[in-house]
Amino acid sequence: MYVAVKGGEAAIDAAHAWLAEERRGDPAVPAPTVAQLREGMALAVDRVMAEGSLYDPDLAALAILQARGDLVEAIFLLRAFRTTLPRLAASRPVDTGAMRADRRVSAIFKDVPGGQVLGPTFDYTHRLLDFALAAGVDPPPAPGAPADPAPLPRVAEALGAEGLLQPEPPGDATPPDLTREPLELPAPRALRLQVLARGDEGFLLGLAYSTQRGYGRTHAFVGELRTGAVSVEVEIPELGLAIELGEVVLTECETVNQFAGSRTEPPQFTRGYGLSFGRAERRALAMALVDRALRARELGEDLSGAPAGDEEFVLGHCDNVQATGFLEHIKLPHYVDFQAELELVRRLRREAEAARAAGESAGREAAE
Amino acid sequence: MTADDPMEASERRAWMGLCARAPAARLCELVAAMGPPEPVEWLRRPETGTVMIRARAGGTGAPFHLGEMTATRGTLRLSCGTVGHGWVQGRDRAACEAAARVDAAMQTPRAGAVRRAVLDPLAAEEEARRRARAGRAAATRVEFFTLARGEDE
Repeated sequence: MYVAVKGGEAAIDAAHAWLAEERRGDPAVPAPTVAQLREGMALAVDRVMAEGSLYDPDLAALAILQARGDLVEAIFLLRAFRTTLPRLAASRPVDTGAMRADRRVSAIFKDVPGGQVLGPTFDYTHRLLDFALAAGVDPPPAPGAPADPAPLPRVAEALGAEGLLQPEPPGDATPPDLTREPLELPAPRALRLQVLARGDEGFLLGLAYSTQRGYGRTHAFVGELRTGAVSVEVEIPELGLAIELGEVVLTECETVNQFAGSRTEPPQFTRGYGLSFGRAERRALAMALVDRALRARELGEDLSGAPAGDEEFVLGHCDNVQATGFLEHIKLPHYVDFQAELELVRRLRREAEAARAAGESAGREAAE
Repeated sequence: MTADDPMEASERRAWMGLCARAPAARLCELVAAMGPPEPVEWLRRPETGTVMIRARAGGTGAPFHLGEMTATRGTLRLSCGTVGHGWVQGRDRAACEAAARVDAAMQTPRAGAVRRAVLDPLAAEEEARRRARAGRAAATRVEFFTLARGEDE
């Protein structure tokens, strides 16, 4: 039974007014602008775009500002906004091989064609706090060098040419779309990749780490990790031609995994794939490890007992908007539900008490 | 103009793409600098929505849905009857209008002037932006050198 309870409007209004004031912070300090967040908190913006599943840096920066830096709340805001927009088109599959890469490294071949390009990385920094930043010191300009405009060849091509790497089955079928149809299990890889691409980074990181520590050991090498701008080509239906409508920054990770072979597959390397909006190496790498773990069934591996290989567990719990919605709703009023629980526990106690009393009196009678 | 002629289609693809990817403020600025806007009739007013971006498993395999991006489209007609389509990345309606005006004007005798005033600068600036990033990336390319370890005397 639901009982409508009214009240609290004034308290809610006051709470939201205070929230706005707290969000603003000390009025003596200049308020951050959307553009400042977009530029200075670029990786937070990237994460919100990736998990909000909507590429629009200004919107993501606004969401972060509105959420006071709570990224899961910001992701929620972006997802909610997305639902108000009509879908104009779907792009042709992006060609990540033609990426204008800021960074491209391979952990398996030192002399990979095109070289190891570090890009603006945190790797090899000393992780010491830089007080010059606090003092507002601008950095000197980064050095440049003559660039080769040719796209970087994929590392996987080198292994694939020898037949040592499982090929990716090509295809052009229209993939399933999680935003249009509910998730059904078992899910094809295309649907799994969509779920993982917008999955919570922390959850993916934990799962990927668990496979490294032995819960479904799949032993991944980073075949290639690249970040850069990719063109998005869209067919304009009224014109019958495709234009390069935009450019998005993506991070792609391909892992190469040991595979001893199975009844149907020869010994070879298998692949895990991670792709994320933005500069998101940790997400892309974790996604690739989880993607590979979830391929256990099709590769005939036994990953039972490993959470990362459990499709229902992974796909059902990696969305942080769903997770936080269900988790956080329990802090909202459950007065009536709890009233029923209270009544139940009181009744059980009364019954238990009565039964104990009856047992004691029966025991006394038997002794007399 | 239709896409029947492959040459024309490829040119149109190039100018529409250039406007679509251009920084919104810059596109509007260049179009505004061409003089007062001529009156147009909107066949479809600028509308913001999303484009679902597809990618391929393993980079080369079967397609999957990666996520969406914002885009704005609109269609207008010049008084001479020429129809222009504006498609831009993002949510800027003014940029969408500017792109549609460029698309329409590029099909008229004013094409040469529009190319010089809007498209050439946009192309040069895009190229410069890309070259600057590529140059910085090139400077972070690792040059390995091998140290002799003297094990095989």
